[in-house]
Amino acid sequence: MEKKKGWKEIPLGGLITEAGNAEEYDTGSWRTFKPVLDAEACNNCLLCWIFCPDTSVLVENEEVKGFDYKHCKGCGICAAECPKNAIEMVLDEEE
Amino acid sequence: MAGPSVQSLKLPLTGNDAAAYAMKQVNPDVVAAYPITPQTELMQTFAEYVHDGEVDTELITAESEHSAMSACVGAAAAGARTMTATSANGFALMWEVLYIAASLRLPITMTVVNRALSGPINIHCDHSDSMGARDAGWIQLYAENPQEAYDLLLVALKAAENHDVLLPAMVMYDGFIISHTMEVVETLPDEAVREFVGPYKPAYAMLLDKKPFTVGPLDFHDYYFEHKRQEIEGMLHAPAALAASAAEFEGLTGRSYGPLETYRADDAEVIMVALGSTAGTARYAVDALREQGHAVGLMKLRTFRPFPAAEIAAALGGAKCVVVCDRVVSFGAFGSPTFAEVRSALYEVPERPLVINYIYGLGGRDTGPDLLEQAFEEGLRVASTGEIKEHVGYLGVR
Ligand code: SF4
Ligand code: SF4
Repeated sequence: MEKKKGWKEIPLGGLITEAGNAEEYDTGSWRTFKPVLDAEACNNCLLCWIFCPDTSVLVENEEVKGFDYKHCKGCGICAAECPKNAIEMVLDEEE
Repeated sequence: MAGPSVQSLKLPLTGNDAAAYAMKQVNPDVVAAYPITPQTELMQTFAEYVHDGEVDTELITAESEHSAMSACVGAAAAGARTMTATSANGFALMWEVLYIAASLRLPITMTVVNRALSGPINIHCDHSDSMGARDAGWIQLYAENPQEAYDLLLVALKAAENHDVLLPAMVMYDGFIISHTMEVVETLPDEAVREFVGPYKPAYAMLLDKKPFTVGPLDFHDYYFEHKRQEIEGMLHAPAALAASAAEFEGLTGRSYGPLETYRADDAEVIMVALGSTAGTARYAVDALREQGHAVGLMKLRTFRPFPAAEIAAALGGAKCVVVCDRVVSFGAFGSPTFAEVRSALYEVPERPLVINYIYGLGGRDTGPDLLEQAFEEGLRVASTGEIKEHVGYLGVR
């Protein structure tokens, strides 16, 4: 396990002194269900990409390529919003 | 003691005038406030200074005290020297933000004009407002009169902004009794105040620092405790910072401000403890009882946070009985806040005095020398018999 810092070694008053370091935080570890894409059914409307609260829908050239499982929390919003039922939430049995 | 190094100007000021005048001389970057009796006059006077261009302050007239303190937090985090003032229910409405100001280590300075908390609704003095916030992480100083209202605001500001401390500070004085009573106050020249407080050096400043950072993010079980430990460390440095600030102030004015003050207490068998304006009444009662041959004295407690336990033990350790008077009730507690902490401070004194508690003056009930003499007489009885009848009594209640 990572050794945590003591009170003398951390920034004053809970400040985060480095910008953009939320990316280092593995919110994917919170997940129970993970979204799985059915690329055949998908029409690339990108509604899932718009709705994802964690910018975890990966898009290249306006096409959905999959999900960023390091940050996807498994909330299921993408699956609920998809008009083509192209996203299935499946039990994430890794780990 | 050396005399003052600066020529003072004597002005007739109420407590509210005195605090507003000190704020004017500090010329803070931001003041965010909401009016509430008996603080209203203070902010009104300060607003006139803003209107007349006598200060450069950005005055934010917030829609509530919760917003006022929130705006203070935002301003202070942006890097502004920030001040405010409030009373009673307005103070209560600031509650959650008081803790946030302290935990973000923002040295906001605030005058609290003490007034009873509702209910029943009341506008007069007791200490139920500020006493309730004794665990909020703020430095707390109680002023006895308009002179102290002026002086302590400056002393507190400088100590709060000390980078070993970085905690907000509140200076209290008694609603109406002091806030609306005019006395001659010795004020410093503007330049002397400006030099005393110096240019503001924030520990961090969102608007000024080049590198971006986040203020107030979520902090769970993995680091919250460490941040609280940092805050404790700031408070542990507060006594030295207050002493340094007070020493410099004494050099300017000749007026000395320790965490407590004693009066005819050296050989006293019974010592009363009091805060705020009641200390003046208690001195009068001490003199009257001394005339009659009773060995009584007074300890005025000025600094409630950080609580000066060692100094209190030294000041009271020789007495037979200590009578702690508090203008606040702590429902369900064993005595009032000052009683509990003074009694605890005396625990390791070799010949521990007996300690009794009187709650007085709630909701502005007038507490004259006669009532304090009653309390002293009970203290003298306890001192001679060694027997406490009741730990907690109520002065002047029907
Ligand atoms: S919402 Fe559904 S159909 Fe639209 S892009 Fe996302 S997966 Fe494809
Ligand atoms: S499950 Fe939630 S977090 Fe994960 S990709 Fe879908 S919307 Fe984003």
